Amino acid sequence: MKARHKRFGFLAVGLGALALAGWLVVNALGNNLSYFFSPTEVAAGMAPQSHQFRLGGLVKAGSVQRGEGIDVHFVVTDTQQEIDVVYSGILPDLFMEGQGVIAQGRLGNEGAFIADEVLAKHDENYMPPEVAAALEKAHNDGVAPPTTEAAAGVVN
Amino acid sequence: MVPEFGQMALVIALVLSLIQASLPLAGTYKGVAVWIDLARPIARTQTLFMVLAFAALTYSFLVHDFSVRYVASNSNTALPTIYLVSGVWGAHEGSLLLWALTLSIWTTAVTLFSRSVPRETVAQVVAVMGMVSVGFLLFMILTSNPFDRLPNPPLEGRDLNPLLQDPGLAIHPPMLYMGYVGFSVAFAFAIAAMLGGRMDAAWARWSRPWTNIAWVFLTLGIVLGSWWAYYELGWGGWWFWDPVENASFLPWLVGTALIHSLAVTEKRGAFKAWTVLLAIFAFSLSLLGTFLVRSGVLTSVHAFATDPERGIFILIFLCVVIGGSLLLYSWRASQIRSTVTFDLVSRESGLLMNNVVLVVTTASILLGTLYPLILDALGVGKISVGPPYFNAVFVPLTIPLAVMLGVGASLRWKRDDAGRVLSHLKWPLVLSLVGGVLFPLLLLPSFSWGAALGMVLFFWITLTTLLWLKQRGGAQGLRHGLVATGRGGWGMVVGHLGVAVFIVGITLTSIYSTEKDVRLAPGEQYTLGGYDFLFKGVRRFNGPNFTASGGVVEVSFEGKKITTLFPEKRDYRSGMPMTEAGIDAGITRDLFVALGEELDDSGAWSLRLYHKPFIRWIWLGGLMMALGGLLAASDRRYFRFQGGDVGGGG
Repeated sequence: MKARHKRFGFLAVGLGALALAGWLVVNALGNNLSYFFSPTEVAAGMAPQSHQFRLGGLVKAGSVQRGEGIDVHFVVTDTQQEIDVVYSGILPDLFMEGQGVIAQGRLGNEGAFIADEVLAKHDENYMPPEVAAALEKAHNDGVAPPTTEAAAGVVN
Repeated sequence: MVPEFGQMALVIALVLSLIQASLPLAGTYKGVAVWIDLARPIARTQTLFMVLAFAALTYSFLVHDFSVRYVASNSNTALPTIYLVSGVWGAHEGSLLLWALTLSIWTTAVTLFSRSVPRETVAQVVAVMGMVSVGFLLFMILTSNPFDRLPNPPLEGRDLNPLLQDPGLAIHPPMLYMGYVGFSVAFAFAIAAMLGGRMDAAWARWSRPWTNIAWVFLTLGIVLGSWWAYYELGWGGWWFWDPVENASFLPWLVGTALIHSLAVTEKRGAFKAWTVLLAIFAFSLSLLGTFLVRSGVLTSVHAFATDPERGIFILIFLCVVIGGSLLLYSWRASQIRSTVTFDLVSRESGLLMNNVVLVVTTASILLGTLYPLILDALGVGKISVGPPYFNAVFVPLTIPLAVMLGVGASLRWKRDDAGRVLSHLKWPLVLSLVGGVLFPLLLLPSFSWGAALGMVLFFWITLTTLLWLKQRGGAQGLRHGLVATGRGGWGMVVGHLGVAVFIVGITLTSIYSTEKDVRLAPGEQYTLGGYDFLFKGVRRFNGPNFTASGGVVEVSFEGKKITTLFPEKRDYRSGMPMTEAGIDAGITRDLFVALGEELDDSGAWSLRLYHKPFIRWIWLGGLMMALGGLLAASDRRYFRFQGGDVGGGG
């Protein structure tokens, strides 16, 4: 085999592998990215209607309601706007009213957010950064009740 | 007093590291033998002081010295002794101390087991490891001192994160760190080779066992972490593509490429520059892993601390290490060009393919891990990249790797003939295609092409590996092959069979697992995967530092009772709840029950039920890979080479 052919062979294999990986990455990224939206942004219609996204905020106190079987409803708020969330499954250990939460899923037909997955903060001192930022933004943008100040203050 | 001794030991260790990083290296340039010979004793003394510092912190934990901030934040008097000890590395400061101690231990190991290595090289290696040590000790002393005192010590400490109160996680970080830090040896050998301009087969032979051992520890650490996540987090998953998991997986992938590329460099003298680059990357990714986990930049179960100052320090450190070594590489790369040639069809090519695929896989996973961080830093938006991305990229890239794995070992060095290889591998190919399709048809509940593919790969790797062994035995066959091949060969066989077992585990678990979240009142049952789960109710009890609700679930199969599972829901004194799953483990399936929460006054609970076929094979495969690495590292040629000189240096 001539050196030139050999080099071409190596090059072809290498480029082939790169092209395959590039195609896989672009494809997979497009389908599996999920953006984060706060209740205010969702209410303003900024969230995608047909694509999954993550919704984050505080679980509104007194909003958790059990439904049939293991269905559960709760309200996520950033103190400005509120979004209803529907979930069927077991909530994480640290899910609590008044605490930070991130739900992954998509908007349903009736304006409620249908969650496939619910993530709570990971320990008692920790607030998901997105939630902290969303609360702070809501607080800066408008009138927020004093309780939120404390909640946002913990994070800053 | 003891914490002050610890503090002092840290500062002395830093000073010693500074000397260790400079004098021996300067000695190699100036030709001062005394300075060069200082490398060994100074590295050992530095280790001694690191051990003292670590012992001081451990002692503070054991005697509940809550005047030390770190002790007060991570332990209390009710904590069992084992978690007092593991609490030492339960959070940021202590885990850095463990990291730095691990680095010192590796350095001392190098000084002990390198008698056949020229003393200039040892001096360079020890100096490079000293530089890394300086970085870590500075970081610790400046931003995260574990010995900081509290002005008003509390009477009782806070609790160690309950997630960490588990034997699996007590030893997971030390294992992982042994792996991460172990790559610093390969890194230091690579840097030393560039500094000294000495890059030959001997260099690869010195570097290989170290790299193998580091890789073994990292493998064990990852397997432990995965197993822990499975039974402790209560989600029944074994891998979540969580950024912190990726942080340990990235150096593992590059490390895997490195141990294969080192083989080529040792045996054939090829891939020299590439091997050096991989060694740099493996260690850089280990550092990046630390950065990702320890700076708190991630939204992740593992992010303990959020502190930008620390993040910036690690970032600068990272830039210095990666930038510096790449600069050195670009300066020296032209001198370490390999002159050996090989054909398109040859074992070198096969291993090159292995390396290309592993590195490309690493790059895609790195991209998915860092992409959200980069977008966030640019202010473009807050996104997350979900597990489907990683599966969609990782699985298709792993398939050619598994196929090549079967071909690679059968290829000859330097030059081979495609026709010969094809006819040689004809029978394994036919048998694995037939076996892979028949297995799900006959033995599994339903046929799936995915399962068939996984089983084809399993048979393919197993048969080609056995064929390789048989070939080694020559005319006398398989049994003689076992004897004839050294531990290096066994290592390859066991490691590759581990990959086959691992593939079976992943494939069958992903395809045939069934899971269900259900509401069950006492006396009710639910059937999953043919198993009847009967919920008998929940009783309350107290543990040492928690109160718990313990569920009782009886499992029967076709009317016959198999086992009783006891899932728990614990409330730790710190106020943090934890789920302890009830698991019945088996070779062909696991049954897994986790308690959700009490739904109403009738005693009904939400429960999570799983039937997971072959999940144990995933960890079994990982353990086999680790065993393979260990066997390869203990090959006699590494010791024979060293024994000749001062008598049993190994």
